[in-house]
Amino acid sequence: MTTNVLELRDVSKTIHGQDILRHLNLEIRHGEFLTLLGSSGCGKTTLLRLISGFEEPTTGAIYINGKDACGLPPHLRHVHTVFQSYALFPHMTVWENVAFGLRCQKRPKDEIQQRVADTLKIVKLEKFASRKPQKLSGGQQQRVAIARAVINQPLVLLLDEPLSSLDYHLRKTMQIELKQLQRKLGITFIFVTHDQEEALSMSDRVVVMHEGNIEQVGTPRQVYEEPANLSVASFIGEVNIFDATVVDHQEKNTTVDIQGKRYTVKSKISLRLNQKIHVLVRPEDLVVWDQNEVTDSTNMFAGIVEEVIYKGTTVDLIVRLSDKQLITATKFFNEDDDKLEYVIGDAVWVTWLSGWEMVLPHET
Amino acid sequence: MQYGSRGFRAGKWYCPMRHDNKVKIFSLSIIWLWLALFALLPFGLIAVASFLSHDQTNLLSLPLTFQNYTTLRNTIYLTIFEQSFYLAGLCTLICLILGYPFAYFIAQCEKRLKWLLLLLTIIPFWTSSLIRTYSMITLLKAKGVINSILCWLGIIHQPLPILFSDVAVMIGLVYNLLPFMIFPLITNIERLDHRLVDAARDLGANRLTTFSKIILPLTLPGILSGCILVFLPAMTIFYIPDLLGGSKAMLLGNLIQNQFLVAQNWPLGSAISIVFMLVLVCLLLIYWRSTRGKAKRTLA
Repeated sequence: MTTNVLELRDVSKTIHGQDILRHLNLEIRHGEFLTLLGSSGCGKTTLLRLISGFEEPTTGAIYINGKDACGLPPHLRHVHTVFQSYALFPHMTVWENVAFGLRCQKRPKDEIQQRVADTLKIVKLEKFASRKPQKLSGGQQQRVAIARAVINQPLVLLLDEPLSSLDYHLRKTMQIELKQLQRKLGITFIFVTHDQEEALSMSDRVVVMHEGNIEQVGTPRQVYEEPANLSVASFIGEVNIFDATVVDHQEKNTTVDIQGKRYTVKSKISLRLNQKIHVLVRPEDLVVWDQNEVTDSTNMFAGIVEEVIYKGTTVDLIVRLSDKQLITATKFFNEDDDKLEYVIGDAVWVTWLSGWEMVLPHET
Repeated sequence: MQYGSRGFRAGKWYCPMRHDNKVKIFSLSIIWLWLALFALLPFGLIAVASFLSHDQTNLLSLPLTFQNYTTLRNTIYLTIFEQSFYLAGLCTLICLILGYPFAYFIAQCEKRLKWLLLLLTIIPFWTSSLIRTYSMITLLKAKGVINSILCWLGIIHQPLPILFSDVAVMIGLVYNLLPFMIFPLITNIERLDHRLVDAARDLGANRLTTFSKIILPLTLPGILSGCILVFLPAMTIFYIPDLLGGSKAMLLGNLIQNQFLVAQNWPLGSAISIVFMLVLVCLLLIYWRSTRGKAKRTLA
């Protein structure tokens, strides 16, 4: 007996001679909220269609609840999808849309009545039961689509970018509602999105995909703070990348050379002397000092402010370092910060607290 | 998207007329004039004629009478009405059964293949329908192509009497009217949002349920307009029963034609036309009510 509700074993998909998915292995646990994150065209939607049974993998196998689902048509898989366009049946009322799955199973009438009423209550649509979908707002249509899928109590609910067509505020509200719904129902959610913020804030685990490969699987914190490679690091959040060389290596502390300056970094990967590496620093971890605030600048980079972007809660400074590299630093409005106002052309020193950086082997 | 298409269509038709006003009035009045002259006026004449009498010397004469309508209560005419409805209905059904899968297949095809198939469907109709019906005689007659092939294959030993039977009439009607079923269906099926079919399958509907609960209801407008486009001509194309059915098959079209041209009984012919038209208006009203009613239907 396995505890995984879904397993991908060496799944590949080739369409018209093009590799869409390459040798994916993934185990999805019961009741987790898993997000597939990747830019458009990375194969997320294809992967969903393989799981839901609309397409078959070219190689490899998909196990649903421990059973090989190969050749099983969509209607026999205990997996339901909330489509990006919702795909609500326009000729049916909200009630009929939600009841569709149960009617297909030929459930008794009073059971259908009861369960549809309960489900509509959960998504707060009991008043709209007799409306047609096209008479509902985007958020309400979204809820119908979810109600229609969860009423069958699927093992896995697939959500294909369900929030992408909603406006910013509604999206925020629906993110919270979806997360609460998932906790309440205990159904495994596989949520597809290209929005990294959405992925981080909603998921138990995030699967970062890039060009048909799984780049990293981990908790939101892991993929953000310990990215497996440069593409994960630069896709999730913003990141400044410094090229560096290892000059001294002792136990946990490694001294590296970045643009002629010596830095001590903490690395989780094993490093050799003279190895080329990338040192990654998030914009919010960079510290910017005005040049006349600083007396000791040994561990700092000199730069000129090129752009100041006011974002309400934060200010982004785009700084050109002396070696022409552009970096982004995010400043919060801290009370203890002497200088909040920067203008274009200010000469600044940039640094970060040792240990807040991430170290990755050099990639070309 | 399927839903919302009504609003979009409404939006497309809505165009603010400012300097186009004269063009609009001109083109509309031409159409109205045309319809008034060649549709409304003849209809009025027929309506009046249906209440007149006729004698040996005059095609139409006074006094006004209901005689023509009471004559229609005769079982001969009722049988012809019944027979016509039966044949036209059967023809519509066969066209639907043949046309629907065909239209569904074409609608799913990729663009270039679709155009090729549509072209192949249309090309025969560049030839006059009358000529094609004549050529059908050569196919169906006792020593015709079909019987010869069947004999040669040894399937039958003596020719089948296909020509001058209801079967021949039906073959002719279906052949001539099939495109009128196919085209509205294709345009309707093309508009069908395939994601809805996926959604139904995903929610646990097998192919049969998906077809009956999703595809069929969503393509119903196409089915109904196709049926109307086939049913109406099927009742009135008089030359097909004439040529292929011999004298045996008498449909409404033939009856009206006979009354006008053979029996020279214009008032009776007019009365049949009027009754026929009333029946069709009733059918259209039912169709209209059924499509309108569906929009208003509430929770069962």
